[in-house]
Amino acid sequence: MIRYLALRLLGVAGVLLVICAATFTIFYVFPADPALQACGKSCTPERLAMLHHQMGLDRPLWRQFTDYLTGVLAGRTYGDGPHAVQCHFPCLGFSYQNDTPVWDLMMDRLPTTLSIAAGAALLWLAGGVAAGVLSALRKDTLLDRAMMVGTLTSASLPVYFTAMTLMVLVVQIGGLLPYSSYVPIGSDPVGWAKNLVLPWAALALLYAAMYARLTRASMVETMAEPFIRTARAKGLPERTVVVKHGLRAGLTPVFTVFGMDLGALLGGAVITESVFGLPGLGQLTIDAIDKSDQPVVMGVALLAAFFITFANLVVDLVYALLDPQVRYA
Amino acid sequence: MSLLTVRDLTVEFPGPRGTVRAVDGLSFALERGRTLGIVGESGSGKSATSLAIMGLHAAARVGGSIELDGTEIVGAGREAVRALRGRRMAMIFQDPMSSLHPNHRVGEQIAETRRLHFGASRRRAREDAVRALADVGVPAPRERARDFPHQFSGGMRQRVMIAMALACEPDLLIADEPTTALDVTVQAQILELIAGVQRDRGLAVVLITHDLGVVARVADDVLVMYAGRSVEKAAVAELFTGPRHPYTRGLLGSLPRLDGPPGAPAPIPGNPPDLLSPPGGCPFHPRCPERIDGCATVRPELTGGAHPAACHLLSAPEEAAP
Repeated sequence: MIRYLALRLLGVAGVLLVICAATFTIFYVFPADPALQACGKSCTPERLAMLHHQMGLDRPLWRQFTDYLTGVLAGRTYGDGPHAVQCHFPCLGFSYQNDTPVWDLMMDRLPTTLSIAAGAALLWLAGGVAAGVLSALRKDTLLDRAMMVGTLTSASLPVYFTAMTLMVLVVQIGGLLPYSSYVPIGSDPVGWAKNLVLPWAALALLYAAMYARLTRASMVETMAEPFIRTARAKGLPERTVVVKHGLRAGLTPVFTVFGMDLGALLGGAVITESVFGLPGLGQLTIDAIDKSDQPVVMGVALLAAFFITFANLVVDLVYALLDPQVRYA
Repeated sequence: MSLLTVRDLTVEFPGPRGTVRAVDGLSFALERGRTLGIVGESGSGKSATSLAIMGLHAAARVGGSIELDGTEIVGAGREAVRALRGRRMAMIFQDPMSSLHPNHRVGEQIAETRRLHFGASRRRAREDAVRALADVGVPAPRERARDFPHQFSGGMRQRVMIAMALACEPDLLIADEPTTALDVTVQAQILELIAGVQRDRGLAVVLITHDLGVVARVADDVLVMYAGRSVEKAAVAELFTGPRHPYTRGLLGSLPRLDGPPGAPAPIPGNPPDLLSPPGGCPFHPRCPERIDGCATVRPELTGGAHPAACHLLSAPEEAAP
């Protein structure tokens, strides 16, 4: 177990290193000189050279990369002498726009994204699984068909369409909720939820539809398994047969996908955040790309990669708990 | 009174291409302490019969009567039959791997029925499960109870299934091809185990198989099924020494035997009938080597005292077969 965990963590580190190298290459090698952008309009050659040195851009490329890695792992100092700037661990550089540490920018936005993702995940998992199980148990009935047509429609609608429709219906016409803005959960939990209901619903509608279909397929297969017949032959009530025996085996694939989806969403629900104007990681990314703010783009890319690989690891560990046959193999 | 009485049982599966009558007017009775072997090819209605007794058919129409110790099962409420399942009658299946829950420990799978039917506490049920495993010859039962099915060999899994079936001391055990998925050497052990618990507990056993060798080993009586109907019923020794139905003779002839006449075993030519459009008259007549006039038009009834068979040869004395 400990050996397995160590190996997996090593794997995560490896994946992150590769992603780090890839983003570094894309964002630092190909585009125009970042120092030039940081230099501004009234740029003199002396100032540009100074900035080059300050940002470490006069060093060989591999040194720049190891400098970046060192910064991520232990913090680093930009420049030297009186111009030296200390960047504390975990150092992902400074935003070109306002010289704020990228880490601080991201941590500022993370609660919003976390709130959106967690609430939506809870909604879509509950709704999707419930609908899928019901559909599977009522297979080929009118209810099942209606549900599957409904989920297909819901899954086919782009999230910006759902989000905007919801906003028009509920906010503009219905006047039931205010336009979304982020309220920290700590200061006003009710306001927090009120502001996030629509983004949650928009995301959950999309994901719940996919989860309903996945759950239905998995449960239809499971309920036809011989061990379900055994459970019935024991005289167990149908409820126990479905919940204890059916769901236990049928939901394993659903949880696998769930971990990955949640991980991906934590990197920023870009479209949803944009539509509802919520200042999350997705918004930060869009903004940074727009302004060619490379350290921020890189930072968010790394953070998103971290969430996904980490979610993957958690899924694998949970999977090993759920399915005795894959125990730390 | 017999423990199990089946009268005029029919099982029909409605489908888009028509209704399949998988069991067609089957009747038999089984006493406590006896083992009835039901023999037939795939599609002869053996398994449909066993599922009907257990009340496990979901999509089929079941007709006729099945009485377990005086309680009618056909048409009884779902809850009433459920209370009997696992408690008064239990069943083991062909493939012990897929019939056990892959994610539950085997001890829990057994303990579950004790809690359900006897209201045993968790601790008590766990102890019962360990004892049930020991009873069926699982070594180190206390440790093995904590294992998952995939950690057992095929034979041990079937022992677990048997332990589970017997956990609530049922009166009737239905074994549906219990040894088909097992190695030959393990088959003998499992049959011996079933015969042993049958003797010890005075169980009534319905043993469903396509293998006459299995029947010869453990059954007291045999019922031969063809196309959903019973074509011959007899005590096991009588069936093997004096089979009366040509189909039974065909089955015996297709069996490799050390004590039989020399020469290769002869399979029955042709295939079992399509139950969507069964042949008229005797369903076996297209494949029957001894068919006579009338076989294709008149359906023979089961006749003949203690060893009945459904064949026109038996009611036409001038042409009677041996």
